[in-house]
Amino acid sequence: MKVEEKEHIMTEPKTIPEINKKALIEARNVNVFYGHFQALKDINISMNKNSVTAFIGPSGCGKSTFLRCFNRMNDYIDGYSIKGEIVIDQKKINWKNVVIEELRKEVGMVFQKPNPFPKTIFENVAYGLKIQGIKDKSFIEERVIKSIKDVALWDEVKDDLKKSALALSGGQQQRLCIARTLAVEPKIVLMDEPTSALDPISTASIEELMFELKQKYTIVIVTHNMQQAARISDKTAFFYMGEIIEYDDTKIIFTNPKQEKTQNYITGRFG
Amino acid sequence: MTHLDSELKQIKQQVIEMMSLVRSQLAKGKDAVLTFDKDLVHEINANENRVNAMELNIDRAVEDVLALYSPVAVDLRFVMAAYKISSDLERIADNAVGIAKYINSVDRQLAQKNLDKIRFTEMYENALTMLDNVFEAFEKEDTKLARQVFIKDALLNEINSNAAHIAIELIHAKPEKIHNYLYLLSIIRKLERVGDLTKNIAEELIFYIEAKVLKHQKTTNP
Repeated sequence: MKVEEKEHIMTEPKTIPEINKKALIEARNVNVFYGHFQALKDINISMNKNSVTAFIGPSGCGKSTFLRCFNRMNDYIDGYSIKGEIVIDQKKINWKNVVIEELRKEVGMVFQKPNPFPKTIFENVAYGLKIQGIKDKSFIEERVIKSIKDVALWDEVKDDLKKSALALSGGQQQRLCIARTLAVEPKIVLMDEPTSALDPISTASIEELMFELKQKYTIVIVTHNMQQAARISDKTAFFYMGEIIEYDDTKIIFTNPKQEKTQNYITGRFG
Repeated sequence: MTHLDSELKQIKQQVIEMMSLVRSQLAKGKDAVLTFDKDLVHEINANENRVNAMELNIDRAVEDVLALYSPVAVDLRFVMAAYKISSDLERIADNAVGIAKYINSVDRQLAQKNLDKIRFTEMYENALTMLDNVFEAFEKEDTKLARQVFIKDALLNEINSNAAHIAIELIHAKPEKIHNYLYLLSIIRKLERVGDLTKNIAEELIFYIEAKVLKHQKTTNP
């Protein structure tokens, strides 16, 4: 089924929470279904600009599903439907008339496994710009260099921009993929377990990068690594069986969570 | 039970053992003062090394748990509390040694009537009861019991604040015994300190169990 043919929205929520004007991302009474299975239940959350928000929770709790709602990645899944509203930068993004390409320019995504294209390092980063129809070579070059510098990869690849991206190490490939995402200057960067396939050194460099990136971008990360969530995020949301059990400052979640389920999960006593 | 659970259980057991030894050190200090028994003083001094070793073992166990398990929430609060409690216990034991040390310095047994006048036994018994309260509170994770020490500490403070005046009276009456009376006053000061350290332990317990920080709050009933 083509994306544009699908019905995505739908019923107005019974109660509409007040708009949080500071929020860059806001979900209001979001319910997501895969056929008859309800993957997300009444999700209400807002995320501020230039912050890092971590989604944690056991497998199948709905955190990746929710992350993918922000750039409409779930639209391709048969049986998927969403109720409620997701508002990004004051715009409702799950209406039929939203141009998905425009949305994804604003909301970039980094996946679990580094997925560089079988092209040169330069072409990988320039890809998004070219897709957007930008032809100005000096502009593209400038943006590619800036993006590679932003992910602290420049010193490692500056002499090899014409080499295949596949020749890079896993950690370098992931940073390259982040550079590719940043090249189109999104407002939001979604990261779905971005370091789970990386060694501790590459993980540390990606985490350091996130600290830098949040000066310019708003980051939402799904992670199974509890310590990673604690280290890098400002706010943490704990998901369980499609619901947000607790959402608070990361320091509070990891020192004095209010909900017993959260405490059991983060201390490894779940089940 | 997870590996972390068994590590935490082991630290709790180590703290309980240390509490028991420190309580016995302090109780022996009282007996040494009352009976002028220099063998007890020797015993207290000998046990001091055991107390120190226990503190080091708890430090090491806490360090291992922090490094290997990255505890969070209640587990993190527990290891932080255990670390601080063991330090408080070691200092209580130091005070017990300090009290016992005076027995070697005074020329003869302190007169019971002077001990009564300065309320030595009442203060000592109260300090020991406070310790019993926090120890039981730690074992049972009972913050209500831990809170009892805040009220009891007020009595220690009261006795301590009157002690200087009483010591001066005693010195005036028998100036030749000035050394003994100054030692007696020092013992009272040390007991007051024991009360403060016991209160610290109660605060750590409440922090661990309820995640409430009571430190530096001026109240007798938090």
